[in-house]
Amino acid sequence: MERGDRQITLTQDLFEPVKRSVRDAEELSAPPAGFWSDAWRRLKRDRIALLAGGIIFLVFILAVVGPWLTPYTPFAQDLERQYREPSLSGFWFGTDEFGRSMFDRVWVGTRVSLYIALLATALDISIGMSYGAISGYYGGGVDNVMQRIIEVLVGIPNLVVIILMMLILEPGIIAITLALAITSWPSSARLIRGQVLRLKEQEFFLASRSLGAGTFRLIVKHLIPNVFYIVIITLMFTVPSAIFFEAFLSFIGLGIQPPNASLGALISDGADQMRFYPYLLIFPAIVLALITVSFRLLGDGLRDALDPRMRM
Amino acid sequence: MIGYTLKRLVNACVILFVIATATWFLMQLLPGSPFNDEKLSPEARAQIEAKYGLDDPLLVQYVRYIGNLAQGDLGNSYQYSGKPVLEIILERLPVSAFLGAQAVVLGVIGGLLLGVIGALKHNSLADSGTALLAVLGIAVPEFVLAPLAQYWLAFKLGIFPPAFFESWWHSVLPSMVLAITVAAVVATFTRTEMLEVLGQDYVTLAKSKGLNKVAVVARHVLRNSMIPLITIIVPLTAALVTGTLIVETVFAIPGIGEQFVRSIQVNDYSMIIGTTMLFSVFFVASYLIQDILYGIIDPRIRVVGHGD
Repeated sequence: MERGDRQITLTQDLFEPVKRSVRDAEELSAPPAGFWSDAWRRLKRDRIALLAGGIIFLVFILAVVGPWLTPYTPFAQDLERQYREPSLSGFWFGTDEFGRSMFDRVWVGTRVSLYIALLATALDISIGMSYGAISGYYGGGVDNVMQRIIEVLVGIPNLVVIILMMLILEPGIIAITLALAITSWPSSARLIRGQVLRLKEQEFFLASRSLGAGTFRLIVKHLIPNVFYIVIITLMFTVPSAIFFEAFLSFIGLGIQPPNASLGALISDGADQMRFYPYLLIFPAIVLALITVSFRLLGDGLRDALDPRMRM
Repeated sequence: MIGYTLKRLVNACVILFVIATATWFLMQLLPGSPFNDEKLSPEARAQIEAKYGLDDPLLVQYVRYIGNLAQGDLGNSYQYSGKPVLEIILERLPVSAFLGAQAVVLGVIGGLLLGVIGALKHNSLADSGTALLAVLGIAVPEFVLAPLAQYWLAFKLGIFPPAFFESWWHSVLPSMVLAITVAAVVATFTRTEMLEVLGQDYVTLAKSKGLNKVAVVARHVLRNSMIPLITIIVPLTAALVTGTLIVETVFAIPGIGEQFVRSIQVNDYSMIIGTTMLFSVFFVASYLIQDILYGIIDPRIRVVGHGD
């Protein structure tokens, strides 16, 4: 062991045993990522979804405080200032044929549209979730009957139901909300049922059941938290379609009645006068498109974040 | 297969019956009557109601209504002084059908092209462009697109006639507006499906056998991505019907949609019911076609049943 003149003396104190056992490999080096923090981590990387979320947030804020940002009100008519062009110093979005400030009207309209969409979606999801959960949980004959009913309901075109509902109910916010909720719940019920059927076969469910958990505990503790992400994704796609349908109804004259405004009613009025006053159409149309596009993009992002298996 | 088809057919008939009944009941709840002219004396009104059978017991009216419906008799329009609803619909149907067919052809071709380009040039600028177009096409509704197109392309630039339906040239702009939504749906779907198929082993095999790119795409990729496209038959039908209502109203085209919107505004109930039934038949038929095509392609569905 000689190499030239160099001598290396190795003593015992140069060495130190590494205190490492097999068990250390199992130790967690970071706090465990829960379902939601994991989803948030994935969502944060999705710039488009974040941007869409930001736009939705901004639109919400403006829908609430927008009308207070100007010295005008959305309903006061003033025939002295009809059809003012949009300008930064005066009326930001111009005025309509009654001299009402379009900036105020657009945000009040957005408020009505969002209100209808959120209420309809909430109704849709609560009916759909209860129906789907019961149908999937009990299975067998109950499921069979409930699914036959759904099959017929899904076959009835939304447009037909909505138009008939609007004819019998007084046109207004409540009527539109009910019509939208009634037509959209069967599809959420189907989604939830599918998920419940899948969950029922899983081991954790069997484990909880064999430990003696009752129906209520199984549904509240195990089923609902596990279908919750589907609810959020559905929400993201139901809201824009509700806004779209509300606008469509107002456009064909079955929606919000004047002097109240919704985005659809404003677009409909704007379309009539667009040849001479295009700004009456363009501002509400931009807001509507922003809302629908943003909800869809955020919905895509949330779906990828919450359920990476669905990622394309 | 025959059993399955029959089952779907029966289901379709049940749905139509439910719709017809529900429609009739809802109509009974409607406020207002087509004859609430103040100038009518009670006797004159009773006479008119007797003429249209509106004074019979409800059950009699219902049975008569279903019986007439089964024979294709949709009653008479109140608005056009007793002209049969079916006649009005048949007069206007060809215009709407032509517009719709033209839009479907245009939209499907455009959508397929966009989708194929998006999938083949995945993650490139072209892909992002088509994706953006598709999102816009789905999210910007026709009632925004139609007035904007009318304003820019007809009034401002004068390329197209702004309204009415006098020649084929008049139908181009409305069809294009309708086609944009169709194209957006088809493009999104084609792109997703093609990306999925492109990653399959048999495509790698076909490529490694030395087949040229066109053959791989046409024979293996496109053909296999077309199967799930059946799913969009129903949403497309829905999009087309709602689209027609708007586009025909905006461009003043004498089709079914424009008539329907007008009937709603003047409370012409029999016209509304008739058109609603027509739309329903249209929807239910599209469901039926979709289910039967599924049954042909995927034998598992025939055994298990729909949606399970």
